[in-house]
Amino acid sequence: MTEDVAVNEGRSEPEEGTRNSPAIKITDLSLGYRDNPEALIDISLAIPERSVTAIIGASGCGKSTLLRCLNRMNDLIDGVNYEGQILFGSENILSPRTNVTALRRQIGMVFQKPNPFPKSIFENVAYGLKLSGIKSRRIIEELVEQALRSAALWDEVKDRLDDSALKLSQGQQQRLVIARAIALEPKVLLLDEPASSLDPISTLRIEELIYELKHSLTIIIVTHNMQQAARVSDFTAFMNGGRLIEFGPTEDVFTFPKSRETEDYITGRYG
Amino acid sequence: MVADSEKIVLSGTQRQLTGSRRERLRSLAMIGLSASMVTSIILVASGLFLLLLTSSLSWLLGHVGTENATWSEKLYQLIFTGTELGYGVSAIFPAVLGTLALVILMTAFVAPLGVATALYLTEYARPTWYTKLIRISITNLAGVPAIIYGVFGLGFFVYGIGGQVDQLFFGDQLPNPTFGTPGLLWAALTMALLNLPVVIVAVTEGLDALPGDLREASVALGATHGETVFKAVLPAAMPSVFTGLILATARAAGEVAPLLLVGAVKFAPALPFSDRLPFIELEQKFMHVGFQLFDAVLFNRIGPGDVGWIASVALILVLLISILNLFAIAFRAVILGRQEPANPF
Repeated sequence: MTEDVAVNEGRSEPEEGTRNSPAIKITDLSLGYRDNPEALIDISLAIPERSVTAIIGASGCGKSTLLRCLNRMNDLIDGVNYEGQILFGSENILSPRTNVTALRRQIGMVFQKPNPFPKSIFENVAYGLKLSGIKSRRIIEELVEQALRSAALWDEVKDRLDDSALKLSQGQQQRLVIARAIALEPKVLLLDEPASSLDPISTLRIEELIYELKHSLTIIIVTHNMQQAARVSDFTAFMNGGRLIEFGPTEDVFTFPKSRETEDYITGRYG
Repeated sequence: MVADSEKIVLSGTQRQLTGSRRERLRSLAMIGLSASMVTSIILVASGLFLLLLTSSLSWLLGHVGTENATWSEKLYQLIFTGTELGYGVSAIFPAVLGTLALVILMTAFVAPLGVATALYLTEYARPTWYTKLIRISITNLAGVPAIIYGVFGLGFFVYGIGGQVDQLFFGDQLPNPTFGTPGLLWAALTMALLNLPVVIVAVTEGLDALPGDLREASVALGATHGETVFKAVLPAAMPSVFTGLILATARAAGEVAPLLLVGAVKFAPALPFSDRLPFIELEQKFMHVGFQLFDAVLFNRIGPGDVGWIASVALILVLLISILNLFAIAFRAVILGRQEPANPF
């Protein structure tokens, strides 16, 4: 089953010319749900640090499941079992001894639909900070401002931080949610189709934001939009049927795909 | 053959058309029905209110029989002295205070209990058939007649727990009961029990209606399950908590049947509030506007001339419930306003 897997992890140079060490190293990861025992099959993948890795593939190919393994969000679902190893630093994410809440502070996540809390803009960004045990109001205010600036939202909301977050537009809400995640200064940010419910202009702003953020953290983005993957990512992983078919620098994957399946998917000849 | 198949196709389209037309008609009918129902509810409610208002005003302003008190004298006597005019009702003021005390105590019991139960059922208990059975049973409990709760309150709270409390703490005063007799505390607990299903159902529905990604958002930020429940889920569900409490308040202020058994009286020796801790007379019997009305109508010889003052008492009860509801609605509006730019109702 592995003969058509053309993984060329680590063999190619990233665009910047500096070789990135892996932020996350996935080895032989398999995962099954109760009604889908083969959601992920033998996935091995090293995600380079401080770069954007896009995971593409058809619906139901397991790309969101793979993303949700990285911060153990799959734990919320009953009857999930997985095997394999995901190394984050020297720690195995999948180990039962992992402190999951601490892990999720280091590996932030943004979802498909903007999901701010029904609280004020300020309280939304401060939520994770307060949970992490920061008591000082002054420090929280500073970090909230910093996060909102990093998410390119500060100028739009600085005069109405106490307004409900639900008053913001969809695009602003999604940037607020990103601010909420990066306020905790995570090392990795997981984006699960972050722009699929947004209009083109808001999408563009999110993509610009991704481009800014990758200088300070590792970003993994799941997307249905091939142009988006080509625009924002440095590396691309193509998945099909729960398997990783191909992984490499985005340019290579899009211009010289090694696998026939990848080529078919990218050129739109897929099923 | 060709003609046949065409015919089939045609009839198929026709059926589709009639189907969608019927649906449209049905939805129109539903809109008409609900509009007319809303209108009739508003008409009945305002008609009732106007009836109460006019008969109470005609009593206040008119001259019935031999009495020639002014409207302000009548109002004063009705509210503060009661029986002096010979009406079959005691003063309304202590009854209003008694109702308030009952509602406040009842809320203090039912709010934490109802919210905790709803949180447990939706956020902690696994969705098994057993959980479903409990949820259905709670919904059904909301339909149990109030007098049943009164009987239960008398047996369980007054004689059961109250009797035990007396034996343990007030043994020197026996056989005169302190807590082993109907009183404000037991009435409030009985009312809390009566309203518990209402609050649980309202809060559970509110929790069920929250978007699932709210919980995911919190967990993804490093919150534990408990932090997610109490810092993200519960605050988001606060409007539904208040909806439950609004319903409970209205019922506690208006329901009389259980109070007949667990503590309401026509004349209470003292007001339910005091200047000593805990500022509320837990073991005393108390007066209640709904009970006043019940008592006035049931234990007096009532003629057509009495409609006026009875309407006045009823009007005071209705106004009291409305004011209590407005308070709760205002609270909910404040919370909702913080959450989103929405209509408070």
